[in-house]
Amino acid sequence: MVKLNMVEAINLALREEMERDDRIVILGEDVGREGGVFRVTDGLQARFGDERVVDTPLAEAGIVGTAMGMALYGLRPIAEIQFDGFLYPCLDQITNHIGRIRNRSRGRFTCPLVIRVPYGGGIHAPEHHSESPEAILAHTPGIKVVIPATPNEAKGLLLSSIRDPDPVIFLEPKRIYRAIREEVQEGDFTIPIGKARLVQEGRGVTIIAWGAVVREVLNAVEELKGNKIDMEIIDLRTISPMDVDAIITSIRKTGRAVVVHEAPKTCGLGAEIIALINEKAFLSLQAPIERVTGFDIPVPLLKSEHYYLPNPQRIVAAVKKVMSF
Amino acid sequence: MSLFEDYYSLKGKMFQMLKPDGTLYSEMGAPLNDQETLQLYQRMVFIRLADQKALMLQRQGRMGTYAPVWGQEACQVGSAHALQKGDWVFPAFRELAASLMMGIPLKTIYLYWMGDEEGSRAPEGINVAPVSIPVGTHPLHAVGVAWAAKIKGDKTVTIAYFGDGATSKGDFHEAMNFAGVFKTPTLFFCQNNQFAISVPRKIQTASETIAQKAIAYGVDGIQVDGNDLFAVYTATKEAVDKARSGGGATLIEGVTYRFGPHTTADDPTKYRTDEEMEPWKPLDPLVRLRLYLREKGLWNDEVEKRLTEEAQKEIDRVVKEAEAVPAPEVEDIFKYVFAEMTPQLKEQMEYLKETLA
Repeated sequence: MVKLNMVEAINLALREEMERDDRIVILGEDVGREGGVFRVTDGLQARFGDERVVDTPLAEAGIVGTAMGMALYGLRPIAEIQFDGFLYPCLDQITNHIGRIRNRSRGRFTCPLVIRVPYGGGIHAPEHHSESPEAILAHTPGIKVVIPATPNEAKGLLLSSIRDPDPVIFLEPKRIYRAIREEVQEGDFTIPIGKARLVQEGRGVTIIAWGAVVREVLNAVEELKGNKIDMEIIDLRTISPMDVDAIITSIRKTGRAVVVHEAPKTCGLGAEIIALINEKAFLSLQAPIERVTGFDIPVPLLKSEHYYLPNPQRIVAAVKKVMSF
Repeated sequence: MSLFEDYYSLKGKMFQMLKPDGTLYSEMGAPLNDQETLQLYQRMVFIRLADQKALMLQRQGRMGTYAPVWGQEACQVGSAHALQKGDWVFPAFRELAASLMMGIPLKTIYLYWMGDEEGSRAPEGINVAPVSIPVGTHPLHAVGVAWAAKIKGDKTVTIAYFGDGATSKGDFHEAMNFAGVFKTPTLFFCQNNQFAISVPRKIQTASETIAQKAIAYGVDGIQVDGNDLFAVYTATKEAVDKARSGGGATLIEGVTYRFGPHTTADDPTKYRTDEEMEPWKPLDPLVRLRLYLREKGLWNDEVEKRLTEEAQKEIDRVVKEAEAVPAPEVEDIFKYVFAEMTPQLKEQMEYLKETLA
């Protein structure tokens, strides 16, 4: 086992899978010679050549639209969209074509591709570089949405995403790209799409999170030490399809929940999760479910970013509120 | 024959006026008088120092990510000088020079890169839109404003600044097409600085020039030496006059070179060598103008020293002022989302205030 950060783990997963599967083509802005603005594809063009690791013209819709064509013809494209805020022009391709082609063609044409996107705030980046668009994507039929929360998870989930028969958007929480270093399983190992991860078992309250805020939840747990609150933490890993069973099983045990996400509150995934709990485990609830989220505003510039991001303090307050109901 | 016919983009000619040695190509003389030229040189000195200051502030942790204009001063100073106050400017994110020329205070520009939303607030009467980071999305807005001005019968002209990378975006082509169809008074100013972060111009497009993309849209296109202040000014002035008199849009490709990184977040040694940069160094827009002014007896080391000291003093004063601006309040992130704050936003704001109490 080697200790890697998330950038290194994703790079390793890409490298190993490209060795195994020569149908894989990586395409995007600055992914080749530069090795990606976050160095995620560092060294891959040198190893696999510029036909398999391709610097494209600057056109996000062009990147994912042509990736769809490649996938139709039997390649396994992995497109990189450099930052979350630049994913929006791709929504036409993703919503109207990539997510529909299997259904429209009655299974005759399929589109197994991966779109990797560094996402989320917290790195003091410029405007349009700190977005959390996951709810828009989860709301889009025909695509899967995967979000790793640690380096090892990133490797196993990315390999599953590449091998999945359907399009997967792989959102990489850039705030923790280099913040966590952990042992990453070597070789060919996968983590199934659609299965949540039980980060910590508990009986008092369920905290549901994904991506970078999982770490904030763990920090909140530290702060709550000594409060005798028995917390169960679920990292959803895949937000579409969501592991509803994992959520419901936990709620039946704890009866209380807090959902944490960085995206804006209104119509965020927290709303969907709470609706699911109401549908399937309403009678188990002992308190209204709390949400700790971003706000319904554009992510502020760096001087005000700390106002926006969910932090351990806000999570602690929500947990205490749920527990004291 | 107009400049745009003379330099029709398929002729493969780049419009130039000032040679790298500071002498003029043509007998026709300079398009600007000595006083104006010296003033613009002074602005360029100020801009270069203000740009370097921003890079330094970023390195010291006093500013966020910054996209330097270093090397592209003539493109922006020359083109902005051809506009009138009140004309609308749509910058990308490297337009410190054009923004200053149009009247955006340096303090405002610094505040933006320091991460304060107030840095996107243009003073009243200065029609410079906020920075547009999503590449190539804003030329459409320049077309829309120009179109509206045309509908209202105003003589307003608009200009969009963008780079070579932006010409790959669909939005850019839609903007050009609308401008052609509706004959809007719009200038598309492409600063072809040879790189979109690490991706060189030759990978960006198989077109021989960017200027020739205009042809397909029924719009004039011209390639100019972007490091030649006189050529940039002259071509832009002609395009502005044409636009103001109902002649429609123009695409100007300023051929230049980005001396610095894309932004402070990248390391250019990863994707380009010193040898690649070498031929561009003598083409520095400031050097060329300095040689011209020296020949005229308007520049010497003493003038340079004075301009530099004056600029440095003013920049230091502005930095002090920008850094003295108090941190934004909670209200500041909520109160401008809508004309009137929604009940949801009010609730969220109150909640945030409570958590901070």
